[in-house]
Amino acid sequence: MGARVIVVTSGKGGVGKTTSTANIAVALAKRGKKVVAVDGDIGLRNLDMVMGLERRIVYNYIDVIEKNCRIAQALVHDKRLKDHLYLLPAAQTRTKDAVKPEQMKELCDQLRPDFDFVIMDCPAGIEGGFRNASAGADEALVVTTPEIPAVRDADRIIGMLESMGKSPIRLIINRFRPVMVQNNDMLSQDDILDILSINLIGVVPEDDSVIKASNSGEPLALDQNTPAGEAYSNIAARILGEDIPLLPLDAPSEGIFSGLRKMFGF
Amino acid sequence: MDFFKRWFGGGGSSSAEKAKKRLQLVLIHDHTDISPQLLNSLRIDMIAVLRKYMDIDESKIVMNLDHMEEEMGTVALVANIPVLRVKRGAGDEGQPKLTVSEEAILSDRRVVSGAASPRAQSGGRVKRHR
Repeated sequence: MGARVIVVTSGKGGVGKTTSTANIAVALAKRGKKVVAVDGDIGLRNLDMVMGLERRIVYNYIDVIEKNCRIAQALVHDKRLKDHLYLLPAAQTRTKDAVKPEQMKELCDQLRPDFDFVIMDCPAGIEGGFRNASAGADEALVVTTPEIPAVRDADRIIGMLESMGKSPIRLIINRFRPVMVQNNDMLSQDDILDILSINLIGVVPEDDSVIKASNSGEPLALDQNTPAGEAYSNIAARILGEDIPLLPLDAPSEGIFSGLRKMFGF
Repeated sequence: MDFFKRWFGGGGSSSAEKAKKRLQLVLIHDHTDISPQLLNSLRIDMIAVLRKYMDIDESKIVMNLDHMEEEMGTVALVANIPVLRVKRGAGDEGQPKLTVSEEAILSDRRVVSGAASPRAQSGGRVKRHR
């Protein structure tokens, strides 16, 4: 049985697609799955840096598509999760029109036999970059934050994914701030679900560690010692079909940590 | 702090409630917005139909999909069409436009003014309801 190919998209930029892709890939690999994270953002690649693998890149998948190398030569093996985690990088010096959706679909099909999961990071927008990244995917994860522009864009992208027949399409609410939500200053989980009407797969709290992780190239899910890291780990578990309940609002999301205690003000 | 916000801010709805309401309204708009081409085709078809009944000032037609803010979820096609003249005879067949009043026949032999219309079977002059 081939891999599940999942595109991580949002419409809106900067809401956490790349961070989510990296961490979900890491979390799935930690659970013993063989995962390749693909950077769908040609020309503005970032997945390599978030994963801390930027210095290991030799070839990218444009090279593969243009038959300048074999796919195995382009795959970067993440030694932290030996034999389980790989990165397929994008080209930094090309643009989104360097490939066509059919070629991306074929690329994904080439990866299917050798992996359990292909997690495709999608660029922001609804044009060619999005179409390329989602061409080969079966399922979609839509990332949003609890803010008007992000939710509005998520709505549009969900519409497009539905018309492309992607299924299931599930939501990640990122950068969630329980205190603001409790004060009615931020859209709640229920508000967002009312508006978008898709299934929720996880809520990731606002967490300073995300920035520090990106600074050092060590995705949070490697450790799970942080609120966001644990949230991503739970998302991976739910992707695998495990029924992990979302924690209620008044409890610190997904675990008790000093960072969250600070947020609550004590 | 909240008390003052409510007093000065007006409405009393929370920040999150405002966001939710605005999002819901704008998404109705986003979902039901008609494309300019479609609106134009609709306009051309409508003018053709209206022309059978009246002369209109085509250059001054305003047509829009209106998203009724007071009633969430409803959309109305609102068209403002200046009418220059209603065509005579158009659509009159079978419609009882005239009311016959015996008094009028007996006491008032005033001629009915204006455009022609099917006379009453009695053949007399009758007042027409305008």
